[in-house]
Amino acid sequence: MLETGAAWLLAFLWILPLLYAVWTAFHPPEFSARFTPLAPLTLENFSRAWAAAPFARYFLNTFMLVTLILGSQLVLCTLAAYAFARHTFPGSGIAFALVLAQLMIMPDVLIVENYKTMNKLGILDSIPAIALPYVASAFGVFLLRQTFKTVPKELDDAARVEGAGSLQTLLRVYVPLAKPVYLAYGLVSVSYHWNNFLWPLIVTSSVESRPLTVGLQVFSSTDQGIDWSIICAATLLTSAPLLIAFLLFQRQFVQSFMRAGIR
Amino acid sequence: MHRFSSTIHGWLLLLPAMALLVLFTHWPALATLIDSFYSTPRQRRAPVFVGLENYRVIVDDPVFWQALSNNLWFALGTIPVSIGLALLMALWVNDRIAGRTIVRMAYFTPTVLPMIAVANIWLFFYTPQYGLLAQVLSAFGGSSQNWLGSKDTALICVTIVAIWKEAGFFMIFYLAALQQIPPNLGEAAALEGASRLYFFRRVQFPLLMPTTLFVLVNAVINAFRMVDHIIVMTRGGPDNATSLLLFRVYELGFSFWDTALAAAMTVVLLVGLALLALGQYVFLEKRIHYR
Repeated sequence: MLETGAAWLLAFLWILPLLYAVWTAFHPPEFSARFTPLAPLTLENFSRAWAAAPFARYFLNTFMLVTLILGSQLVLCTLAAYAFARHTFPGSGIAFALVLAQLMIMPDVLIVENYKTMNKLGILDSIPAIALPYVASAFGVFLLRQTFKTVPKELDDAARVEGAGSLQTLLRVYVPLAKPVYLAYGLVSVSYHWNNFLWPLIVTSSVESRPLTVGLQVFSSTDQGIDWSIICAATLLTSAPLLIAFLLFQRQFVQSFMRAGIR
Repeated sequence: MHRFSSTIHGWLLLLPAMALLVLFTHWPALATLIDSFYSTPRQRRAPVFVGLENYRVIVDDPVFWQALSNNLWFALGTIPVSIGLALLMALWVNDRIAGRTIVRMAYFTPTVLPMIAVANIWLFFYTPQYGLLAQVLSAFGGSSQNWLGSKDTALICVTIVAIWKEAGFFMIFYLAALQQIPPNLGEAAALEGASRLYFFRRVQFPLLMPTTLFVLVNAVINAFRMVDHIIVMTRGGPDNATSLLLFRVYELGFSFWDTALAAAMTVVLLVGLALLALGQYVFLEKRIHYR
């Protein structure tokens, strides 16, 4: 009983900042820090925020960014994971160690050199520039390799007896069996890159390539003084798609994060 | 012949991922090291070899030591507290308490929100006079304080935000591990009349050890990687009181455009992370077996 109370109290504390933002975003500015139960509700803040910055463009950019990253990650990591799981070749041990090195030397830390590289490639301030350092994901390779290793060798052999080549076997046998892992990895990847901030902040400088997170920062730090109602509305706006997806697919989300964590 | 084709196949499959890894992880890591021994290229001056000069500048810079000590305190604050809370949350949510779906959702929600967005909310939370914290405190007769503007409290404030963001994420891993523990262990313990605490201490906690170590590795890396909320809430201030190592890299590289110093600073950060990883690896090796 006591435990339930404590659990609920902590849950309340944990959700409090979000409730606070919801309150402020849905009420007129004069109620932004006054909690009277009958305060009038309004959507005004959202429409003002939407009009004050090119959020539609930012949404589109973020959408293209996460699609590009996830799509390329799935292809590249699948191929590499298949190589590590089912091919024995000289140098595979070293290659695997080189892949795993990325788990520690994260792209987040190599911002200075990666900026120079993007500059040399002439693609600064573009969506591919945000995506490239993250495309070959060591985490994805590792996760899929572990999964592919659990696929019974007999299924592989059976496909080959029927005349399937290496890539066909991968597509017909391994990929379908790893579907739950793909879902898990996809959710983790999308929420990571939807929320990523530092690298996109550095590498973008125009509305045409900025993702939502950077757009929100530019919006709330320069455009708006300190109109908290609008900032809260904009904040909720940028988090809304993930938040709504999370509320709808709570179970899948939690299980995906669990699955991605059990290595 | 078959062996040869397997080699070709293997490397071909690996090639696209490997090329990108070399280009955006291995090469930049090496280039950072090389650049850290050269001066920053300026408009008409090409970089010249300066040996350890950049490192000397960093070591002589009090802001570096401040950022290092801030980062260590930040790590010491976030790692144990967020792991402890995560464990507590998982134990609660794993028990059949009333409304546990809602409770679990509340714990996990910060994980799916962008750090940059929640940092904005917390900024409002901490605002003097006007923010929720100030209002609650003044209701209890406390005086209003500029939490983020004061050198004494700013670091604690950003540490709390990090704990809040991370605990629910780590909870998930504990929850997964708790669900792997066979229920008959709990039933047996209940039959024997073991207390809840005893059961936790002698059964659950030891069985959760691999998870704790996995979460620990993540928590350590995160403690040196999280800077989004610093950029939004304090920009390292007041007076560098919340400057962290990666934030300093960002500041040197992209505010002062001193890329050589930023490179040297990155090397320091990477070496630190490598040492920590090595230490954890030696520590982990005995306990966890990857297949």
